Amino acid sequence: MSEFSSPSDRPEPHAYSEQDVQREVSELQKQSATAARIFDLRRIIGGLFVLYGVIVTIAGITDDQAAIDKAQGININLWTGIGMLLLGIFFLVWLKLRPTPPTVPEVTAEDLPDQSAE
Amino acid sequence: MQTPTNMAVPLAAELRLPTSWLDYTILGIYFVVVLGIGFAARRSVKTSLDFFLSGRSLPAWITGLAFISANLAATEILGMAANSAQYGAYTVHWYWIGAIPAMVFLGLVMMPFYYGSKVRSVPEMLLLRFDKWAHLLSSLLFAFAAILIAGVNLYALALVVEALLGWPQWVAIVVAGAFVLAYITLGGLSSAIYNEVLQFFVILAALIPIVVLGLKKVGGWGGLTDKLTAQHGANFTTAWGGTGIGSSNPLGANWLTIVLGLGFVLSFGYWTTNFAEVQRALSAKNLSAAQRTPLIAAYPKIFIVFLVMIPGLVAAALVPGFGTAKSGYQYNDAILYLMHGLLPNGVLGIAITGLLAAFMAGMAANVSSFNTVFTNDIWGRYVVKGREDGYYVRFGRLITVIGVCASVGTAFLASSFSNIMSYLQTLFSFFNVPMFVVFIIGMFWKRASVKSGFWGLLAGTVAAMVNYFVIYKQGIIDIPTDQGANFVSAMVGFAAGAVVMFAVSLFTEPKPAEELQGLVYGTTSPGMTEPPAPGDEAWYRKPALLGWGAVVIAAACYIPFSF
Repeated sequence: MSEFSSPSDRPEPHAYSEQDVQREVSELQKQSATAARIFDLRRIIGGLFVLYGVIVTIAGITDDQAAIDKAQGININLWTGIGMLLLGIFFLVWLKLRPTPPTVPEVTAEDLPDQSAE
Repeated sequence: MQTPTNMAVPLAAELRLPTSWLDYTILGIYFVVVLGIGFAARRSVKTSLDFFLSGRSLPAWITGLAFISANLAATEILGMAANSAQYGAYTVHWYWIGAIPAMVFLGLVMMPFYYGSKVRSVPEMLLLRFDKWAHLLSSLLFAFAAILIAGVNLYALALVVEALLGWPQWVAIVVAGAFVLAYITLGGLSSAIYNEVLQFFVILAALIPIVVLGLKKVGGWGGLTDKLTAQHGANFTTAWGGTGIGSSNPLGANWLTIVLGLGFVLSFGYWTTNFAEVQRALSAKNLSAAQRTPLIAAYPKIFIVFLVMIPGLVAAALVPGFGTAKSGYQYNDAILYLMHGLLPNGVLGIAITGLLAAFMAGMAANVSSFNTVFTNDIWGRYVVKGREDGYYVRFGRLITVIGVCASVGTAFLASSFSNIMSYLQTLFSFFNVPMFVVFIIGMFWKRASVKSGFWGLLAGTVAAMVNYFVIYKQGIIDIPTDQGANFVSAMVGFAAGAVVMFAVSLFTEPKPAEELQGLVYGTTSPGMTEPPAPGDEAWYRKPALLGWGAVVIAAACYIPFSF
């Protein structure tokens, strides 16, 4: 954070300008790790909905007449289960067809000690 | 819109659900996944930008669905169903005129300024355009409101869980609070956003079966409108019937207050300046993705109204006088009543999971925006300045813990003094209005002076509150319903803020033109001119087309409800 005291900065101390925000955030964005390390959400949505789909579909197949009567004669578990299963498969297929783009391998200065020495 | 419903009233006791191990398994799996996302997202947090804004790196479909999900809290779902049971098809106004135009405006007009200037929060934008007084006031107001809203969500959750599952209120408050605390403290905004996207799909899976079965039971859309017309009159299933100025309708509002109060002031205030929403767009990976965030959200928003309105209408059609004392149900019970009566075990578990997920997401959106504003805009700017970045990540985690504890405290407070709840919820429904007037004038009028921001914000806030709590509540002017008074208060707050800003600007110095670059309409900043990413030239990713498409569809949706 030694940039704060550099003489090129605006002289008046109170005016925090757009350039300051641009500089600070751009700097942080360079060091950010989210893009490189975050997992792909499609895998989680796909996995959860396939699991839910299977559970609810099985519940639908094994439902007794009382459950179907309660749901106005519709086997709602079966239909909802199939719908969730399809949604889950959609996300997994999407992930398969368009895998997570590989992030540019950065020559990271992150763990090098020279930053603190600055 | 922060739904102004009265969640304070205890729900009907006969709603206890016949849950089985199957439902609890489904719920348990969800909680495991929520925590798993928190742990997995943890390793992506390295800088404060990762923790508070996901490193500005998320794709548009994720930020867009999180944007809609942050709004689709359970108070909104139950509240809009309640609205429909009480007022009928007027509910569509909260969506088609009360959301879509503002979301499109945010994406097309405002986002280049927000995202291009690289601000980390909505108050930070006020710091750049106005001065530290406007910044500090808006930061404090926002932080305070976010905690109270999170508490309101938590208390509403406790009421619903108590009615449905029979858990004591304190158990529900502590359990839900602990889960939200855990996953936000671990993974920061990425964790909150990922869970919101997941919640979006679970809540759809919960609501669609309720709507389908509800319509089947009542005899389809035709059967529904016939029953409602017989019970409540023809206007109940129209959007504009009875809204002429001077005529009376259950909503207590006319077309002018609907269009100006709800459609313009309230809606634009909430969607364009509420940081809990805007934060999702600021975490997008580039300007195009940030612009598309509210636009992608607009499409589901157009149709979600059917998923919340139809259960409300069905409940009103099935139980004569639903919501009144003699029926034994509150308006808020509409969705719960249908869950109880129609869903077998299995789908019932999905519906319970969806509701709890929606409560937690509503709370998490507020907590994750609170910790950002408190750390960056209050603590890092005025209290402990210029420390290394790692310090602010640690502080962000600490303030998340404190914020959640404060929300839990608010929830307990609300459970002891339940009448303060309806006041709080009303307050939040027009809370963003003064912020919006300051923003919009600051963005379109170069002459708006540095000092005018603070005074406009203060005047707008005070005027809206005085109008609601003194002039309306004391009966000095006569407005038939709280909803109608909301709309009028919002318009008063907007007008007062605008007049004061104008007056103060006349007598104080304008900001030098070179300091307004990228902050006022017609100027640009370096962040706005970044080249588009590969693939963003595709026609279906053009913000203008997406935005105008949403407006046209929303307008077309009005047609069948207008005659």
